Amino acid sequence: MAAIVEIVEVSKAYRRGSYLLPVLTNISLVIEEGAFLALMGPSGSGKTTLLNLIAGLDQADQGIIRVGGVDITSLSESDLAAWRAGHVGFIFQFYNLIPVLTAFENVELPLMLSGLSKKDRQEHVAMALGLVNLQDRMDHYPGQLSGGQQQRVAIARAVVTDPTILVADEPTGDLDRGSAEEVLALMERLSGDLGKTVIMVTHDPRAARKARSMKYLDKGVLADAPQITFSECL
Amino acid sequence: MLLRLLFRNAFRHKLRTALTVCGMAVAVLAFSLLRTVIAAWYAGVAASAADRLITRNAISLVFSLPLSYKDRIRGVEGVKTVSYGNWFGAYYVEQKNFFANFAVEPRTYLGLYPEYLIPPDQKEAFLRDRKGCVVGRKLAKRFNWRPNDTVTLIGTIFPGNWEFVVRGIYDGRDDTIDDTQFFFHWDYLNETLKRTVARRADQVGFYIIGLSAPDRAAATAAAVDAVFKNSFAETLTETERAFQMSFVSMSEAILTAIRLVSLVIIVIIMAVVANTMAMSVRERLGEYVVLKTLGFHGRYLAGMILGESLLITGLGGLLGILLTFPAAEGFRRAVGTWFPVFRVEPETIYLGIAATLIVGVVAAVLPVWRVTTVRIAEGLRRIG
Repeated sequence: MAAIVEIVEVSKAYRRGSYLLPVLTNISLVIEEGAFLALMGPSGSGKTTLLNLIAGLDQADQGIIRVGGVDITSLSESDLAAWRAGHVGFIFQFYNLIPVLTAFENVELPLMLSGLSKKDRQEHVAMALGLVNLQDRMDHYPGQLSGGQQQRVAIARAVVTDPTILVADEPTGDLDRGSAEEVLALMERLSGDLGKTVIMVTHDPRAARKARSMKYLDKGVLADAPQITFSECL
Repeated sequence: MLLRLLFRNAFRHKLRTALTVCGMAVAVLAFSLLRTVIAAWYAGVAASAADRLITRNAISLVFSLPLSYKDRIRGVEGVKTVSYGNWFGAYYVEQKNFFANFAVEPRTYLGLYPEYLIPPDQKEAFLRDRKGCVVGRKLAKRFNWRPNDTVTLIGTIFPGNWEFVVRGIYDGRDDTIDDTQFFFHWDYLNETLKRTVARRADQVGFYIIGLSAPDRAAATAAAVDAVFKNSFAETLTETERAFQMSFVSMSEAILTAIRLVSLVIIVIIMAVVANTMAMSVRERLGEYVVLKTLGFHGRYLAGMILGESLLITGLGGLLGILLTFPAAEGFRRAVGTWFPVFRVEPETIYLGIAATLIVGVVAAVLPVWRVTTVRIAEGLRRIG
């Protein structure tokens, strides 16, 4: 498999007043196309920051990040926005759907920037909602859906543009066990059956075990993943 | 779909939006009414003709001029017609029934004021009857006067009961013309004065000069005043516009205050709408960050916020402008005595629209800045 994400000696620090707080230190990582990678680590270890850098939501202080061969650290803010629209699908912990738009409209949202015709957009949206098995809920507003259903709509929104990578930040963090299983199964399918590259940040060992590979971050440095015990999975 | 989102965002908090729209409507209504009051103050100035001069006593308008000046004025180069008159200052039945009433030389006066439209037969009847008078349509309606009615005015400057017969009712050529005035024969006044207070006879309050060449108004005015230089009653001649302006300028401080209040109202509503927009956007900051995450540029988000602000202020502004017309009509009915011409000018509507747009744009500035400058990672951290 070819590398889809290459991270070379990336560092990132946040300024807190006069104090510079290092979050990531000399991170180097290669993620292969079609991978389902779980990023784990304690709170404040830099998992979300690394995910944001890979997704082009934040800028690294140093180092290079290539996604699909594009050095995203050299892109301007505006080019980065356009790149994200075409290459990254986002799944958030709290779904982050727009409450005044229906499930269909929420999924259609990223396609507004694609230049597709209305008919093509409708076809894409129907396909994406079919993938998450929510065709019958397309006219429902987020408030009328359960947490699991909202997260599935969010997954449909993430995949509707057929992005290069899918990034998920604690996708099961706000879900009950049953819904979390459904969402994880869906992400497994996206990676396994459809060949999508999925990078998932999670605290949840059960979620992490669904991934085919795992990286562990501690104090901003990549480390070997600790063994996850059966009791942790429960 | 982005437009749909804009609309749904605007009405997400229905009560808040409704209150903001109402506030905006009231502000634009108040602004437009105050501007209409200002315009009404200037109505006389606006209705002034460029080919008329007014000559009065140089000391003050309350001092009169001899009737004998008439022929000397007529002899000045550039003068085509000369008429004259007196402010009569009488009222009808009770002092509260005040209106403008003038004794005028009728034939020349009506010739100089073609904007007063009188049916020919009524005009003839008025010219023939020395006790006849012509009244404006609005005034006639106010007191239910009809042609051939006898009307008694109670004099103040010229004490006594003055009896007139309504011979004509005039209409203004358009609605900028004051149709609340009362005109009667100057001769009627003068002959009565000759009998009662002879020393006040053959005196006129003002002359009205019709010009043959309006572009030479200043030179003609100077020439008229030069004729009476160093006489016992020197004159001050000015264009009708300047003459009317001299009345308006007496109230300049009040007008300035009204102008300021109208602007303050707009500034207040600007702050209110800006606060509403800031609250709405702060509540939805997470959604805007998500949109940014999905690749929507700052300009899309700026457009949506600006559009929402303009939609809310536009609805309020439109409502305010629409309400201005019935409100102005009510105002006119209530204080029509003081503002004979009280109409909502097109300029007032344009100003109302401009104020609405300015409020909409200014109210959106801070939220747009906030949304376009917030870093996505920072914004996502706040959402959770």
